[in-house]
Amino acid sequence: MCTIVPISLTVGANRIVPTVAIPHPLGNPELPPAEERALRRRLVEKALEALTTEVDGQTVFD
Amino acid sequence: MSKFRVVHYLNQFFGQVGGEDKANIPPFTKEGPVGPGMALQGILGDDAEIVATVICGDSWFNENIEAAKAQVLELIAGYKPDLVIAGPAFNAGRYGMACGAVAEAVSQNLGIPVISGIYPENPGLEMYRRHAMFVKTGDSAASMRTALPAMGKLALKVLKGEELGAPEEEGYIPRGIRQNIVTEKRGSQRAVEMLLAKLRGEEYKTEYPMPQFDRVAPNPALRDVTKAKIALVTSGGIVPKGNPDHIESSSASKYGKYSLEGVTDLTAETHATAHGGYDPVYANADADRVLPVDVLRELEQEGKIGSLHRYFYATVGNGTSVANARRFAEEIARELKQDGVDAVILTST
Repeated sequence: MCTIVPISLTVGANRIVPTVAIPHPLGNPELPPAEERALRRRLVEKALEALTTEVDGQTVFD
Repeated sequence: MSKFRVVHYLNQFFGQVGGEDKANIPPFTKEGPVGPGMALQGILGDDAEIVATVICGDSWFNENIEAAKAQVLELIAGYKPDLVIAGPAFNAGRYGMACGAVAEAVSQNLGIPVISGIYPENPGLEMYRRHAMFVKTGDSAASMRTALPAMGKLALKVLKGEELGAPEEEGYIPRGIRQNIVTEKRGSQRAVEMLLAKLRGEEYKTEYPMPQFDRVAPNPALRDVTKAKIALVTSGGIVPKGNPDHIESSSASKYGKYSLEGVTDLTAETHATAHGGYDPVYANADADRVLPVDVLRELEQEGKIGSLHRYFYATVGNGTSVANARRFAEEIARELKQDGVDAVILTST
């Protein structure tokens, strides 16, 4: 899970989930706490989806 | 003859705007040279003039790559330069990516040369090496005083249209451009001589080094995530407050392994970031924004994952050498396998 997807692609990660921003990849301080947590949960669920998906090369899960 | 026109690209730090707290400023221009551009102007002398400096925050650039490229390109084009100089970026990852992306946009759209400076392990080099003549620098700004003269000299040579030798002679990193040259011996003879030298254990120099791809085959997918033990690993520097292992804020030489037993939420009282390469305010207020322990605990309780591994691993990915990163990864992966972890979520900033 990372914000700068081109770097993850360059270093060879196979399952990539793009995130929010460099200083807060899994959050957004501008949102109310409950919404921020829901955003984080959606991103982590996306990562779990990536882990349960077969890939045959580098894949970005947008 | 009029002077050649040069535009210089810098990040917020070298552009003298500020540190990480200013890393999210969008691109803007200052007339004339700024910061390292002053020394560069001295090297360029009377032949070329830095007419403007375009500055952009490293985070803003990397979080808005397409918009950043377009806006920086427009600002640069407005000054009708003959050449663009970007950086040097040393081993700053976001800055290297930005310098490379600027080089790509400028060379493709304006058709003018770009000179930059970079440390060979900076990810910006591998991604954008074809688009600029990157002078090889050290990993930190301590090498500024050797980087700038090399970049300035190269810029003058390119501007004046002087014939360039091989990249090694000119002090920049090969872009992967092949050029025909005349040699005394034909290819078959050179190849056989190389082979004989190799067989004798003597030194020889290949004429076409193979690129080194660091790729691994993807692991198979998890069969049943509801039974999987999942571990968290981060390069975002999240550590127990006080940073007990003193992980360095940049160029980390170590990683930490920390217990998550009984931890359901990371708070400003319990955890913080040791990372020196991004604005720490948001992670220090709530480290779940980098290491999502709260949400994984929730998913664990709901039975959506088997369990969250009882330790997390953290280091600081900020100018960290590839050699150290590889060693950390080997050690961490070995332990995770021994502990029966089925999958890992790696978070980076």
